Amino acid sequence: MKTLTNATVRSGAARDFIKKLNSQKLLILMILPACVYFFVFHYIPIYGIIVAFKDFSISSGILGSRWVGLKWFYEFFNSYVFWRLLRNTLMLNVYNLMFGFPVPIIFALLLNEIKGKRIKRTIQTISYLPHFISVVIVVSIMNLLLSTTGGVVNKAVAAFGIEPINFMYEKSWFRFLYVFSAIWQNFGWNSIIYFAAIANINKELYEAATIDGANRWKQTLYITIPGILPTIGIMLLLRLGSLMSVGFEKIILMYNPSTYEVSDVISTYVYRKGLLASNFSFGAAVGFFNSVINFIILVASNYISNKLSGDTIGLW
Amino acid sequence: MEETRKKIKGLLLGAIMFTIVAMTLYPFMYVFSVSISSANAVLMQKVWLYPKGFSLASYKYLLHSGSLWTAYGNTIFYTLCGTLISVCLTLLTAYPLSKNYFMFKKFFTVYMAVTMFFSGGLIPMFILVNNLGIYNTRWALLLPGAIGAFNVIIAKTFLLGISPALEESAKIDGANDFRVFISIVLPVSLPVIGVLILFYSVGYWNMYFNAIIYISSAKLQPLQVFLMRLLIAGNQELSAGTDISGVERTGIVEQMKYAAVIITTLPIIFAYPYAQKYFVHGLAIGALKE
Repeated sequence: MKTLTNATVRSGAARDFIKKLNSQKLLILMILPACVYFFVFHYIPIYGIIVAFKDFSISSGILGSRWVGLKWFYEFFNSYVFWRLLRNTLMLNVYNLMFGFPVPIIFALLLNEIKGKRIKRTIQTISYLPHFISVVIVVSIMNLLLSTTGGVVNKAVAAFGIEPINFMYEKSWFRFLYVFSAIWQNFGWNSIIYFAAIANINKELYEAATIDGANRWKQTLYITIPGILPTIGIMLLLRLGSLMSVGFEKIILMYNPSTYEVSDVISTYVYRKGLLASNFSFGAAVGFFNSVINFIILVASNYISNKLSGDTIGLW
Repeated sequence: MEETRKKIKGLLLGAIMFTIVAMTLYPFMYVFSVSISSANAVLMQKVWLYPKGFSLASYKYLLHSGSLWTAYGNTIFYTLCGTLISVCLTLLTAYPLSKNYFMFKKFFTVYMAVTMFFSGGLIPMFILVNNLGIYNTRWALLLPGAIGAFNVIIAKTFLLGISPALEESAKIDGANDFRVFISIVLPVSLPVIGVLILFYSVGYWNMYFNAIIYISSAKLQPLQVFLMRLLIAGNQELSAGTDISGVERTGIVEQMKYAAVIITTLPIIFAYPYAQKYFVHGLAIGALKE
């Protein structure tokens, strides 16, 4: 008796399911291409990580290649470049964070002090512009500005009687140029979120403060900055979470063997050793190592910020 | 006393803002000025802000180069086709996800979110493109990045804001989901379609990295790769015509690099004033938490 009821319930649920399926078939059909897309171009490459544990060659394919376990990982950990890559990846990110993170906040606070609406919007618009320029253009312009044959920077340097500097080939200049160009390209765009946060602060707070005799500086210090603090927290968390992932698209355009000492990072190494030199398995292993570190850092920084902020600032 | 202090503060603020704007615009101004100055002024290194003399020779020789036109054509092709594919797929994906009653909504949201945190990385992606047989074809630049999860979220957030009453009445009249999507939802979604078009088209226009790893034939390379070869890899394939004398020629060859930057950037600079309000709008939609 009991089993019979269960069976009817189950078949009833199944009938409901099929009915639902039938009534939503067009919605399912609409999402199907995306389903296939994410499977092919995102899930299959995740599966493809197993080449990191194999001795892969194009001719024998993923399944046909020999299993070698952690061989490539050991090779990477023991190679002389390991610490250099780790240090460079971390340092470029730390510098980028240290100098790049405060600039959009300061810019948003300063621009907030400008009275004219039109002039404010014009400055904002101009500040976003570099964000839409490709990195190829940014690095090209950098090459032109810094060139030793007619670049305007070396002309200025020469005016002080200093010998021309071959900036793009000097180890000591690489980090500065990388971080500075990143700030130049993104400070305006990154400040949008802070403009929005400032605009959301309750106007009555400012009115009350004015009546109490607080000047603009005090208002900024005690109303604006505390008002945007949660936004700053979230942005900082996102940046910390990506501390070991560095955009290699710009680095491979900027670096050259004479600056590898400071410019070669994990992802550029994967590109050079894995793709250009066709050591697919080794490259996949190094890339996988980087992803694992990234993920650990993301989870850890999320945990810490949840702890510190009492679960108010966290991604999940 | 108070008045003077205020004035000084205002001046200081103005000076800082002027410096920021000047630093943002100067590189473009400099490159543009060098590209249209006379070859002599460039060789004498006289140009630093505004053009000295006037000559369009660098543009003339650059535009005579066949490889520039091939690259330009390719970029236009990738931008048009890529944007079309991406925008259609993104909207088709976002619509079911904006329906709370959609039975796979939860599953698909997780299915898509996973890809934002985990990726196979460069090498597995390269192996995949090879195995699919699209290496060194135009598909290699159109397919791998066709849908951006972030853009799906932007579109979905916008679609959630459409009043359900409109769709309900059409459904009572017997229209199916797809009809409703095409004739009711799309016409009121023009703002977000604008945002998607702009995000995707800038992405395709600026794309270079996929092109250098997935495309080996020069005939299929986009403009950004052409520019990279010319300016960063120091390729000498471009040299000015032989009808000009030695010294002037050196100047013009140098100027052609500047002209190439301008030609590549021009569409973005021209479209920018019209497009930028959409970008900000898009970011505002995307920043909203569910």
